[in-house]
Amino acid sequence: MSAAATSRLSRLLTMVPWLLQRPGVPVPEAARHFGITERQLIKDLELLFVCGRPGHLPDDLIEAEWESGGIYLGNADTIARPLRLGTDEAVALLAGLRMLAEVPGLHDRGPVDAALTKLSAAAGEAAAAAASISAHLGTGAEEQILSTCREALAGGRRLRIRYLVLSRDETTERDVDPMRLTSVGHRWYLEGWCHLAEDVRLFRVDRIVEVGILDEDGIPPADAVPRGTDDLFRPSPEDVVVTLDLSPDARWITEYYSVEPVEEQPDGTLRVLMRAANPDWIPRFVLRAGGTVRVVEPEDVRRRVVDAAHAALAAYRPDA
Amino acid sequence: MASGTVHLMSSRRTERLLNLVICLLATRRWLTKEQIRAAVPQYSGCESLEAFDRMFERDKEDLRELGVPLVTGSDSAWFEDEIGYRIDADAYSLPEVDFSAEELAVLGLASRLWQQASLAGPAARALVKLRALGVEPDEDSMIGVEPRVRTAEPAFDPLYAATRDRAPVTFRYRKPSGEVTERHLEPWAVTGSGDRWYVVGHDRDRGASRAFRLSRVQGGVRRIGPPGSYTVPEDLDASTMIGMPEPGDDRPALVRVRPGRGGLLRRRGTVVRTADPAADAAGWDLIEVRVGNIWSLADEISGYGSDVVVVEPDDVRRAVVGRLTGALDAHRGTQPDGAEPVEPVPSRGRGESS
Repeated sequence: MSAAATSRLSRLLTMVPWLLQRPGVPVPEAARHFGITERQLIKDLELLFVCGRPGHLPDDLIEAEWESGGIYLGNADTIARPLRLGTDEAVALLAGLRMLAEVPGLHDRGPVDAALTKLSAAAGEAAAAAASISAHLGTGAEEQILSTCREALAGGRRLRIRYLVLSRDETTERDVDPMRLTSVGHRWYLEGWCHLAEDVRLFRVDRIVEVGILDEDGIPPADAVPRGTDDLFRPSPEDVVVTLDLSPDARWITEYYSVEPVEEQPDGTLRVLMRAANPDWIPRFVLRAGGTVRVVEPEDVRRRVVDAAHAALAAYRPDA
Repeated sequence: MASGTVHLMSSRRTERLLNLVICLLATRRWLTKEQIRAAVPQYSGCESLEAFDRMFERDKEDLRELGVPLVTGSDSAWFEDEIGYRIDADAYSLPEVDFSAEELAVLGLASRLWQQASLAGPAARALVKLRALGVEPDEDSMIGVEPRVRTAEPAFDPLYAATRDRAPVTFRYRKPSGEVTERHLEPWAVTGSGDRWYVVGHDRDRGASRAFRLSRVQGGVRRIGPPGSYTVPEDLDASTMIGMPEPGDDRPALVRVRPGRGGLLRRRGTVVRTADPAADAAGWDLIEVRVGNIWSLADEISGYGSDVVVVEPDDVRRAVVGRLTGALDAHRGTQPDGAEPVEPVPSRGRGESS
């Protein structure tokens, strides 16, 4: 109950200055801005209307009028300025800005630096805690790739990309109508309508080898909906399930990949299930692990690992 | 309690708190508790002085939690026991700051960064406060740009809060080997790298600075000291503590790559010679890359199988052969065929505490 009251108070203390700055703002717009229903917004206004300075005579109370559809507030000088930033609020924005500042190409540097300077000053003491959180959003891509994607998004232009499909170690060329540039931590994706696949696709930005803006309208089809990055982690019934034995040296894999542990053997080997939409990349993944990962089944995947290792080693034999 | 009743009580409480804020902001003098009780109509319902005292204490707590600078003092040097209250009006409000429309747009980006993470609430509230200053953000240049961080680890919230408050903590930590031990830490910073979050700080058990991966913290995080118990080193570089920079091995490595393959190597390397079918029947491109971290490079090259072959240096060559031989042996269940010496595969987990 207390949390509900304080979060509503916090909203009201922000709502008053916002409304005072925008006399006549329509009810729906204000509700949208604060992420509440119009009904809740009216309730907030009704509450403001009965509050005011001690005495609580009509002259002391906040004036609120919204019958015309536009909201007008008055007599609220005491709380006309927004409350200063709390520590967590300052940390969230300052740490966020610092993370963004490390991603060249994503934005113009000027506004980020200026916002950091101004916000640090405005946050006062709270700014001291900002170093409590840091993170690297580095894209692994060249600055130019990111800035070109952004430019196409802002201008609604089509992109032509050369994209590295790592599972097949192939570079493909595709025309993409960009929908958004998104990230999960350090991993960046360009999401857009791919004309090659005729579907919405996510492209890892660090695997875009080359990108150029085409002189063509890049607005995706109206029914194209961004799928987002959640899908990346969602298993599908068509996935191939591969059983792997991980030696203790390969335990780290359970923290980097989505695997399902089955059982631990006495020698410390952990048996896990790994789901893959396309198992083509599994042999490469297993070769990298150099014997610390063993494919138990399916048999054809195990066979492919053996063949791939034989083929690769052949080049290193003295007679090769 | 019916939800309607809860809502009504919450409404009354909000009304009381708002009147209290206005009353304490509007006053130029210190107000005694008795004066406050008379000034805020919602306190008149209190049946006894004790009931009012309890309510007022809770309200003060709520206001402080929101960051309202409630201060105490007295106008009279002779009646020191008569404590007065007011809100420091200068400290209450956000200082005058004029963000441009572009600056507000990047602040919006910084706020939405947390949308799926721990600080989502404070990040959103902070932005709404800044927008209450009157300027509308120019979002055009940022259309479709949506960076996000994720904080799925349950330990994130308590460890961030302890870091912010400079409060020492204890937790159970699982080493990569599986062993679980109880650790005592003065947290300095929570820092993310890749998909993972770490907390770095002074490990009281080891008497040294250490980094811990949040996903390996088992169960709860408990504070073992009051806020402000220690100071954080001024030259703290959290990202170095979690081993961000790759060990730099500046030697060049020369690799043969089949045309069109080895995409990532091509991206960062330079082509020394492209395949000449006349001169080289096998059709290899010759590419030079910086070794960087020998183990990572050997992993990567092994993954390319027969499409990439190391020419030099010899230690990279041996590391790759070691991996390939290891993988082959694991899958056919026979002894090494002795073609090349086998290089041990190092374990991962750079820069973490063990």
